[in-house]
Amino acid sequence: MLDLLYLIPLFPLLGVVLNSFVLRGQSEKVVGSVAALMVGASFVVALGGFFQLLGMAPNARHFELEMFRWIIVGNFSAQASFLADPLSMVMMLIVTGVSTLIHIYSIGYMHGDEGFRKFFIYLNLFVFFMLLLVMGSNYLVMFVGWEGVGLCSYLLIGFWYTDELKASAGKKAFIMNRIGDFGFLLAIFLIWTTFGTINFREIQPMAQAYPVGAGVITAICLLLFTGATGKSAQLPLYTWLPDAMAGPTPVSALIHAATMVTAGVYMIVRSNFLFSLSPDAMLVVAWVGALTALFAATIGLVQTDIKKVLAYSTVSQLGFMFLACGVGAYTAAVFHLMTHAFFKGLLFLGSGSVIHGMSDEQDIRLMGGLKSKMPVTYMTFLVGTLAIAGIPGLAGFFSKDEILWKTYESHHVALWAIGLTAAFCTAFYMFRLLFLTFFGKFRGSKAQEHHVHESPKLMTVPLIVLAVLSAIGGYVGVPHALGGHNFFHDWLAPLISEGGATHGGGEHAGVPSAEYVLMAASVLVALIGIFLARSWYLGKSATVESLGKSGMRHLLYNKYWVDQIYDGVISQPLVKASELMAKYIDQGTIDGAVNGLGTTVSGVGGFVRRIQTGVTQNYAVMMGMGSVVLLGVLIWSVLG
Amino acid sequence: MLLTLCIAIPAVASLLVLLLPRTSPNVIRWTALGASIAAFLVSLVVYANFQVGEGAFQMVEKLPWIPSIGAEWHLGVDGISLFLIVLTTLLTVLCVISSWHSIHERVQEYFFFFLLLEAGMVGVFAALDLFVFYVMWEVMLVPMFFLIGVWGGQRRLYATIKFFLFTMAGSVLMLAGILYVYFHTLDPETGKHTFNLLMATDQSKYALDVQRWLFLAFGLAFAIKVPLFPLHTWLPDAHTEAPTAGSVILAGVLLKMGTYGFLRFCLPMFPQATLQFVPWISWLALIGIVYGALVAMVQKDMKKLVAYSSVAHLGFVMLGTFALNQQGLTGSLLQQINHGISTGALFLLVGVVYERRHTRLIADYGGIAKVMPVYAVLFLIIALSSIGLPMTNGFVGEFLILLGTFSSNTFYGVIATSGVILAAVYLLWMYQRVFYGKIVHEENSKLKDITLVEGLPIVVLVVLAIWIGVYPDPLIVRMEPSLQLVLEKFQQSEFSQLIGVMP
Repeated sequence: MLDLLYLIPLFPLLGVVLNSFVLRGQSEKVVGSVAALMVGASFVVALGGFFQLLGMAPNARHFELEMFRWIIVGNFSAQASFLADPLSMVMMLIVTGVSTLIHIYSIGYMHGDEGFRKFFIYLNLFVFFMLLLVMGSNYLVMFVGWEGVGLCSYLLIGFWYTDELKASAGKKAFIMNRIGDFGFLLAIFLIWTTFGTINFREIQPMAQAYPVGAGVITAICLLLFTGATGKSAQLPLYTWLPDAMAGPTPVSALIHAATMVTAGVYMIVRSNFLFSLSPDAMLVVAWVGALTALFAATIGLVQTDIKKVLAYSTVSQLGFMFLACGVGAYTAAVFHLMTHAFFKGLLFLGSGSVIHGMSDEQDIRLMGGLKSKMPVTYMTFLVGTLAIAGIPGLAGFFSKDEILWKTYESHHVALWAIGLTAAFCTAFYMFRLLFLTFFGKFRGSKAQEHHVHESPKLMTVPLIVLAVLSAIGGYVGVPHALGGHNFFHDWLAPLISEGGATHGGGEHAGVPSAEYVLMAASVLVALIGIFLARSWYLGKSATVESLGKSGMRHLLYNKYWVDQIYDGVISQPLVKASELMAKYIDQGTIDGAVNGLGTTVSGVGGFVRRIQTGVTQNYAVMMGMGSVVLLGVLIWSVLG
Repeated sequence: MLLTLCIAIPAVASLLVLLLPRTSPNVIRWTALGASIAAFLVSLVVYANFQVGEGAFQMVEKLPWIPSIGAEWHLGVDGISLFLIVLTTLLTVLCVISSWHSIHERVQEYFFFFLLLEAGMVGVFAALDLFVFYVMWEVMLVPMFFLIGVWGGQRRLYATIKFFLFTMAGSVLMLAGILYVYFHTLDPETGKHTFNLLMATDQSKYALDVQRWLFLAFGLAFAIKVPLFPLHTWLPDAHTEAPTAGSVILAGVLLKMGTYGFLRFCLPMFPQATLQFVPWISWLALIGIVYGALVAMVQKDMKKLVAYSSVAHLGFVMLGTFALNQQGLTGSLLQQINHGISTGALFLLVGVVYERRHTRLIADYGGIAKVMPVYAVLFLIIALSSIGLPMTNGFVGEFLILLGTFSSNTFYGVIATSGVILAAVYLLWMYQRVFYGKIVHEENSKLKDITLVEGLPIVVLVVLAIWIGVYPDPLIVRMEPSLQLVLEKFQQSEFSQLIGVMP
């Protein structure tokens, strides 16, 4: 099955080609089914590959497939080649699995949209690039996928491009990502000048020769992390992600929650053998992650757009994943990445179902009481909310708790406290969202109330599947302290290098009692958050704004004014400066000097006007004469 | 014979066009198309016969021409010129197609000049004799002068004279340089002075100060053509005022004369001076990258925007050349081809809406993706290739240039890499203002989507852009050995000392 690895990205690409050229004019059913089937086929192949890897000895789980010579110049070599190992296999399964569900859901959600076919072309193209990203066996193939998913994100955010704001949001995403990519590119250059290769497998042993704390390794890691902050929406490059909610909701679920935005986490885990050599870089990663987790969670507390709440929640949850990377708990990061893909994909699709039922309403102040009208959506949304809040037994509990525990265990108490606070906020804003949306009285218009309905099966079935995964998905990584085997940890273990393993593998050595106490603490803050949300929002439709009109609320509601600051400090001045440059330097100084030389120009201009008679013979004579003169000068100067 | 054919076909056809009755423009068009396709096919035969792995000149032709002064009809092709020749003949075919309907006045003269231009361009790239090179260089100038001046936009006269004067200023100095080289090159067989480029390169052992002067004499002509900041101001005017096909050839081929010139003459003949000028040229190129992008960002005219983007792109090309390593040189040469494809296509694309609306102002459009969906997709792909998105041609070239630059000078590499952000800013911003949003101008609501004749040349370029992005290897393996020969000039022991002090 692994020999067929290339089929995994090829199927979605085939979908793009089919829907672009072959299936023009076909019905929605055909277009959507073909797109979904292609991704489903990739999932099947990936599953086959997974079982084949599972059958190998843990340390032999590595398979590289070289496709063709891509860019090979001098001593630089970047093959087009794919890699299957435990890490990329997990990512392949998540990407193709969740994508399949979201493709199916989209057939229902996008029904009747005039860009239906275009939507599925973009969506298939996205899956193709995402698979390149996680399957590439060197940094450059990864970069291709990395920028490719950025392109699809741009196209899908601005999918309804006649709306200027949506088109702008797409552009903003692309440019912010490019700022991050600037760092990623420099990292690739530095990796090559340092190691002479960009292939993961080849760098790893070479990196071991460097001492812990080597400057060049720290530089590489920080540059890589710059790329990650762009793609995974971390401080300070996160502002594009909330705006990205302008895209259709399945896009938010797939790209801006479950898959693409986690690419930065994947990249760091993939490079863990470098990060583990640089405690400084890891500390930066941990702090940026923790601060982002808290920062975004606080903004999420007061947002009123159902998708914006989930967007800030995503930024915050990604922060948790980076926190995990930063404290060396790479396995926990990937574990949370997976459970987050389930429950956040679910929550976004649920919100899409709500928006669909509410005739495109996104303001939670105008919802309420949808529990009875949309029972399946409600039940699945509840599961997702419980999972993200970290209620024991559900997927989010195991993964988030592992991160907090590993943070504490590695003696980063301050980071742990920040993470715990963010976890509290998470429980609060999610239940605020749940209560305002599904409980209480209906606050929308009469027309909306009349129209509200449960979504079609095409949409609810994927919700149910994701709800099941959100409920039980955590059991692949139950910690030893709770009597589990932590299959997930063992699966990824061969890829996690020494430096990280001292943290990651500490489970057997750790004191279980401390782990129980911390577990209880995080459950407790979650319950407090839920309780607070309940007392403030449940059943009191008038108190939507109950955080009050305080300055704090104002600050949070306006998202700390970061967008305005960026605009005023960077964008506007840059445009202004460029305008001045175009006017005074280019037109004024340089061209002015040129034109100053050229009073002759006007003279010659008049001359040309006279000779421009339109008679061919004149031109021919002119040309002939010119050539003769030139040749004459040449020969004369040579002979003379 | 193949290379001579490549020059002779368009040259003879241009004369033939003059003999045809001017009352039947279609006969003229078909003649021009036939000739340009024939020349393109011949260039493909050149490609097919090209020996991979061979760095030296191939398919060399040598006939006595003006024996009294030692000038010979001496042509040849190597990995450096091969793709530039193919690009030239291809773009000419596409330009003839795109001019089919858009040029309806003085059709005869137009195609006469156009074919003559092609002959000159191929001649420049194929010449192995300095005399032939110079003649071709000048032959090229005249048709371009008229193409802009007669078929151009409103400010065509100002633009074309500016173009002419800039280029002439450079040519004169280059002529002086060529003559100096001529008088210091002897044909070992005849013992007389010769214009033979191969001999000139082999025998170039000039003292450092002489090298400097010669580098400047040649370099100025090339730098104007590139154009290197601050010699670029002829370009926005010429590009903007030229007819569509003229802009395509200007950007696609003529600018490459400059970068090709550096690679073919300055580097191999004056290596020590080259090393000394590395920081100067690199800095000017870096300024061009950032400055060109920023000025492009605030342009209101689409063609001007594309023109300034060329300043930035050619900055990358220059930077790669003067990185003086395999990655930089290969990337730079590849990017010359890529720029011809992407920017050529951009000008063709702007020409499509210009034909419909007779305005190039961004503000006169908006929301046209709705009425011109196919056009919008083609435009987007080309814009992305110009931005340098992976899996398009632009990425491969830009990446190699940046990699090469970074490894020879980290600081230059970092500044240049920031240029990739700016490219996304100005192109996507323009794209948004032209294609997205609602249609605000009533005239745009009934725009016809791109036609087959308009679309065909662009589709060809789109296919090439993606092909080179996905599988650039066939180009790289043909370019590399010839570039290696250039680099060997810098790896000789006498330079090690100089390389050591390179900033």
